[in-house]
Amino acid sequence: MTDRGLYCPDGDFFIDPWLPVDRAVITHAHSDHARWGSKSYLTSVPGERVLRLRVGDEAAIETVPYRKSLTLGNVTLSLHPAGHILGSSQVRVERDGEVWVFSGDYKTGFDPTAGLFEPLRCHTFITESTFGLPIYRWRPQAETFAEINDWWAGNRERGWTSVIYAYALGKSQRIIAGIDSSIGPIAAHGAVLRFLPAYANAGVELPKVRSATFDPTDTVKGKGLIIAPPSAAGTSWLRKFGQISEAFVSGWMQIRGARRRRSVDRGFVLSDHADWNGLLSTIAATGAQNIGVTHGYTDVLVRYLGEHGFSAWVLPTRFGGDEESGSDEDDAAGESAQNGGGEL
Amino acid sequence: MKAFTTLYFDIDSSTKTNEKLAAMKRYFAAASNSDAAWALFFLTGRTLPRAVNTAILRLAVTQASKLPLWLIEESYDAVGDLAETMALLAPGPEETVVSTFDLSLSELVEQKILPLRALDDESKLRILLETWASLDVRQRLVWNKLITGSFRIGVARTLVERALSELAGVTQATMAHRLMGAWQPSAEGYRSVIDGGGLTPVGQPYPFMLAYSLDDSPDSLGNRDEWAAEWKWDGIRAQLIRRAGQILVWSRGEERVTDVMPEVMAIGESLPDGTVLDGEILAWKDGTPLPFAALQRRLNRKTVGAKLMAEAPVSFMAYDILEHEGKDIRSFTLDCRRDLLEELVDGLIRKGIRVTLSPRLSAFDWQGLRDERLRAREIGSEGLMLKRREGTYGSGRQRGNWWKWKIDPYTVDAVMVYAQAGHGRRASLFTDYTFAVWSDGALLPIAKAYSGLTDAEIAEVDRFVRRHTLEKHGPVRVVEPSMVFEIAFEGIQLSPRHKSGIAVRFPRIARIRTDKKPEDADTLDQVKALLAASKAQ
Repeated sequence: MTDRGLYCPDGDFFIDPWLPVDRAVITHAHSDHARWGSKSYLTSVPGERVLRLRVGDEAAIETVPYRKSLTLGNVTLSLHPAGHILGSSQVRVERDGEVWVFSGDYKTGFDPTAGLFEPLRCHTFITESTFGLPIYRWRPQAETFAEINDWWAGNRERGWTSVIYAYALGKSQRIIAGIDSSIGPIAAHGAVLRFLPAYANAGVELPKVRSATFDPTDTVKGKGLIIAPPSAAGTSWLRKFGQISEAFVSGWMQIRGARRRRSVDRGFVLSDHADWNGLLSTIAATGAQNIGVTHGYTDVLVRYLGEHGFSAWVLPTRFGGDEESGSDEDDAAGESAQNGGGEL
Repeated sequence: MKAFTTLYFDIDSSTKTNEKLAAMKRYFAAASNSDAAWALFFLTGRTLPRAVNTAILRLAVTQASKLPLWLIEESYDAVGDLAETMALLAPGPEETVVSTFDLSLSELVEQKILPLRALDDESKLRILLETWASLDVRQRLVWNKLITGSFRIGVARTLVERALSELAGVTQATMAHRLMGAWQPSAEGYRSVIDGGGLTPVGQPYPFMLAYSLDDSPDSLGNRDEWAAEWKWDGIRAQLIRRAGQILVWSRGEERVTDVMPEVMAIGESLPDGTVLDGEILAWKDGTPLPFAALQRRLNRKTVGAKLMAEAPVSFMAYDILEHEGKDIRSFTLDCRRDLLEELVDGLIRKGIRVTLSPRLSAFDWQGLRDERLRAREIGSEGLMLKRREGTYGSGRQRGNWWKWKIDPYTVDAVMVYAQAGHGRRASLFTDYTFAVWSDGALLPIAKAYSGLTDAEIAEVDRFVRRHTLEKHGPVRVVEPSMVFEIAFEGIQLSPRHKSGIAVRFPRIARIRTDKKPEDADTLDQVKALLAASKAQ
């Protein structure tokens, strides 16, 4: 651990560094993991285009297909699907038969826009813990999508426009892919749209998505579904769509208090992170005895694992590792909205 | 129970008044009278007594979820609502429950929940585990809230009145009146609400007329002559009813307080039949009102002994008369009602009955009233009430005819020393703070407050707490004492129970003092000086 982030001296690389470094291995292109300014980046093949949008045209990005081994210094490195968003990876590092796996952010449920998470056998597993409390247990996503479809169809029936606030990269595209597009037209905010070509390029099929800014308002007003980042809530931009019903889609919506705080009409529980059961079953599947816990309810998960015979410790993150309010996901979404603001 | 759970979540999840209204009308139109009666009971803010204590609930959830207690407590800290935490954690994590529970709301309450209270702990535990296993997660939440006596639906009283008045085809004011008082959650009770049930029940109070705060200058109200001004008191607003030989005292919270207010009851004995007075119950000794805490000792008990009556005697200060000689006179002007009230109270006083008439202040212009208002704290009043002399007695809080013109609160600058996560809408956010002032070079807590900040300010303080935590004690964070807040409060008194030696009333946050450093905060001596000032007569 260094002040720039997690460093591997044997291979001379950082994983998701916070500050510019010579060589950065990037698990995925969310802004709290992929930061601008490093000399070179290594990421998965499907992750290249979304990472490019984050770190700029000039950045040197090297890609490697999933599961293909590279030799860096004294270690062998490979990337494996993490199921979090398009191109997201776990980082497997092996030296002299000793295997470490860094999960990055991951989920175990199926998502056609992100690939399927595969658990890897290892000696040491570094896991995220965003939803590391047993209150976070996701219902089957088919039920959540059915709820979203019902809500949208109901709004359409009474001539209202449906507006979903979701994280601009990953969650938005997952919703677009999973929703029943026969209900009506779908449109998106610029912050969401800017990532769509990268999805098409990676071979992810999505229904037609209009621009909520440039396409004629009448094509969505009163019947369509608009996907926008949370920072778009309450802005005058939405006024032209007439009567709207607003929903927020996030794992945090599991808690009534969080739903009410958002002041939206509906909160749908759908997360790109593993739930409590997903974390525990993944940890078991790795066969690892040493578990580093980062990013989320670290103290809780470390204590629970300790009581169940694991050697577990907290791997601190830059922000003190106390992000239980869910502000990380929201802040990141807000930031990408600002980045996309120029496209409004 | 399915329909009621849907109603609960429809209201809870909606931010739009019209949708809440539609959800209630939908429910009432479809429900049986006995189910509708219980739904109405809860919608009007009444609660069941707690049937199961939280210790049993915690035990049940550790058994159902097979999780250690500490993890349940961590979960509770994140959720901020015990019933909801239990609903999310039980039953075991592997099960997806499809509801098989088909009791109606009235069956649920009458057959399951009310009898639960009398059972022994083992039976309670067994029933909890069985019931959880047959409910889906939303129903578990409703059930948990019902059995712990914490079930509340966030809907304005006026909206419930509106939904029912539209269903029953009567005005909202009529419905408001029908919903007052000791209305029974039975099929007959509900029917009487919908069809009026003939006569007004003997003990039923009228809906209280309430006032808005006056934020502008009183000059905005026009001519001083059109307004009556009275002192505003911090007691228990109450109606004293004498009908058909019966005497009843109703508080504004629709509690029947007759038994704990024998002095007020005694006044009722002397009233002519068919009279309803509106006024304030005050603990009053030697010509000055006692702090509200003295009145509080009367509440939540069955009877009042001679000792308490001697220590904190109460009296009734009459403001208004709503029923005279059996006739509802709320549509009379205030001046007309006042004439009748004065005549009545004068008669009582001549008979030696201990009752007071709220005096009208005589200052002849607004400036004179401003000067009077400055005296309020000195005489133990909260400020002034301004009432339009031509106004009728309306139902509920209405803009225009009544205004409360409170005195400015006390304020001190204090340092935040502890923070705790809030509940409900504020769950997982640090919103409950403890504030301290200086005493002999150390910070001594003087007040807890959790209101007064905007959502954006709460988020700012929340971030501060997370980054400046010194220690964690369960849910409480000890924070670096560096943020200064201006704390406002209504009253201050000596309190041996508090380490600081003082207790403040209605503390809230006036603003964040980013311009002040912790060393600029007030001292305990400065706070105690306010106490001295409030006593100076």
